[in-house]
Amino acid sequence: MAPVIHLRDVVALLGGFPALTGVDLDVDAAELVALVGANGAGKTTVLRVCAGLVPVDSGTASVLGEDLTRNGRAVRSRVGLLGPSGGLYDELTAMDNLRFFARAARVDPADVDRAAERFGITGRVADSPVVRLSTGQRRRVALASLVARRPQLWLLDEPHGGLDAEGRDLLDAVVLSAVASGATVVIASHDLDRTSALGCRHVTLAGGSVVEGGPDAA
Amino acid sequence: MSIGNGQSAGTPLATQDTRSVTGHPTTGSPATRVLGIIVLLCLPLVLWLSFVATPPDAVQGESVRLLYVHVPSVTVAYVACFVTFVASIMWLWKRSEWWDLVGSSAAEIGSVFTALTLVSGMIWGQITWGTAWEWDPRLTSTLFLFLLLVGYQALRAASPDRSSRSRRSAVIGLLLVPNILIVNRSVQWWRSLHQDATLFRTDLDFRIEGLMLFTWMFTTAVGMVLLVWLLFHRFRVGWLANRVEERQLSEAVAARRAEATP
Amino acid sequence: MLRDAMLVAGKDLRVEARTRVGLGQVAPFAVLVLVLFGFALDPDRGILEAATPGLFWITVLFASVLGVQRAYAVESGAGVRDALRLTSLSPGGMFLGKALALAVQLLAVELVLGVGVIVLYGADPAGWILLVGTALPATAGIAAAGSLSGVLAVGLRVRETLLPLLLLPVLAPVLLAATRAFEAALDGSPADGWPWAGLLALFAVVYVGCGIGLYGTVLEES
Repeated sequence: MAPVIHLRDVVALLGGFPALTGVDLDVDAAELVALVGANGAGKTTVLRVCAGLVPVDSGTASVLGEDLTRNGRAVRSRVGLLGPSGGLYDELTAMDNLRFFARAARVDPADVDRAAERFGITGRVADSPVVRLSTGQRRRVALASLVARRPQLWLLDEPHGGLDAEGRDLLDAVVLSAVASGATVVIASHDLDRTSALGCRHVTLAGGSVVEGGPDAA
Repeated sequence: MSIGNGQSAGTPLATQDTRSVTGHPTTGSPATRVLGIIVLLCLPLVLWLSFVATPPDAVQGESVRLLYVHVPSVTVAYVACFVTFVASIMWLWKRSEWWDLVGSSAAEIGSVFTALTLVSGMIWGQITWGTAWEWDPRLTSTLFLFLLLVGYQALRAASPDRSSRSRRSAVIGLLLVPNILIVNRSVQWWRSLHQDATLFRTDLDFRIEGLMLFTWMFTTAVGMVLLVWLLFHRFRVGWLANRVEERQLSEAVAARRAEATP
Repeated sequence: MLRDAMLVAGKDLRVEARTRVGLGQVAPFAVLVLVLFGFALDPDRGILEAATPGLFWITVLFASVLGVQRAYAVESGAGVRDALRLTSLSPGGMFLGKALALAVQLLAVELVLGVGVIVLYGADPAGWILLVGTALPATAGIAAAGSLSGVLAVGLRVRETLLPLLLLPVLAPVLLAATRAFEAALDGSPADGWPWAGLLALFAVVYVGCGIGLYGTVLEES
């Protein structure tokens, strides 16, 4: 079976800055991979390239069977990206955000309610504008939104940041059950203990390319 | 976009070899040199025709000579804007660097000639009508065309990368023609409602014939050659700028790679 | 596409309902402009009365610049644009939704301004059928051109200053046509005004069409 993510010598330029300088990466279906590396190594950009949000300037890239060099759009509705800031409307309540993004992604409202409950977005938290929530609560809202979509590929950018102990454990449980049900998960993280405990395969990035754990080393 | 290999396949406007004898990149080629020589040789002729050979107009007097500047520049301006419009449509269809550069080069030249049209029109208006500005439909739509072209270039200058530049400016380029048609139509209705006598002064209706007509057509023809000549050079400047940008980017990519892998 | 449009419009209006920036800031700003015109022009209402239609629409244009900026500011937050691009919303639907929400808010501002010119400038709202028949297509055109110009400036560091430069030359014919139609209505000669309303409708159709067709092109970039 073809890998879910297949990147070869991928260069991505963000407003003239070479964010990725030739990334080689293979991720198989139902695999759990952690991208590690210093700040500015290109972890976030790899995730955004895989989500079809950053155009590939050279090299070859396919995700979920879609050629990203030709059409980044096709893959977008099939991946779930948890960005560092969550991507929520600050002015709307947590529930409003969940319902809007669910309807925009054509998700069953019942799945949204279930996900919200699972992440403790009930009562006051559910009806507060996102701007009044704490970082961890916002992270929970964004996670609930992602889980409700049931993406085939999960791209999580520093997912443990801002979460309390209970939230981190809940996140790990959700990630493991997603992998068990056949989804592929890529996590960008600095928390090596946590990703090792999850059983991630580690891929190290530096200077916008993979320096350890790439397809050549395997 | 490809990094590091700026191949010029399918780009007839781009010089295949952009190096002159001095070894520096140049925007000149035999074709542009011929065009340039034609323009330079014709300019004294244009001056002689419009200032010496042609007589002053019976009604307008000497001010008619301004029209030898005004009419060719308005023609060149509108042709250039139409080129931008077509190039924008072609870019939206083909998404090629070539059309992006044709559109942006023509827009830049077009804005210079619309400015020249406005200035010469206003000077002529001051002399003939006694007011620099009349809300004449053509002059007014040219003003809005100029403003939109200024916006087009501001948008390009503000866009961070080439893809964003091409996409956003193609949208404005496409709006040029519908906008000018709507502005022109609305100003025409507006003025006809007011029945403003100044617009319909009969002194506009002078007779054009003989040498004056020839001067007019000749100057317009020279203007068109000038447009093509400038378009070639501006296109090549843009093309070379893109190559420089690509080279800088691939150097930056290489430098960042080198830092990462000891 | 219509479903997406309603969803996006509903979301934008919900943001407005929760923050009341349009009602609490843009509408008062518009009334303030009317008052300032009053100061600048004439206290005995002679000039004001003659200039009412033009001042009304100039003020609407200013308010629309603010409205467009606000409409895009709510999703300038980090990650929101990414989140929107990861949905299956059609670009045409997103454009229509944005324009629709903007049009609703502009109509509210126009209503406030209408009361303002009646009270402050002593305008007599005769021929209200033509007034409404002008305001609807004019607002649709402003909202469509505004949403399209707004997305062109999204994400640029100079977006606040660039937007009016892109938007106002495009809206110039709307100002001209809507002012003439209002003049006709207030003068009690509505027959002169309807062709202008037709021109406004044509403008709206052109820009709604351009917006639906071109919105996706601009969104595609990162």
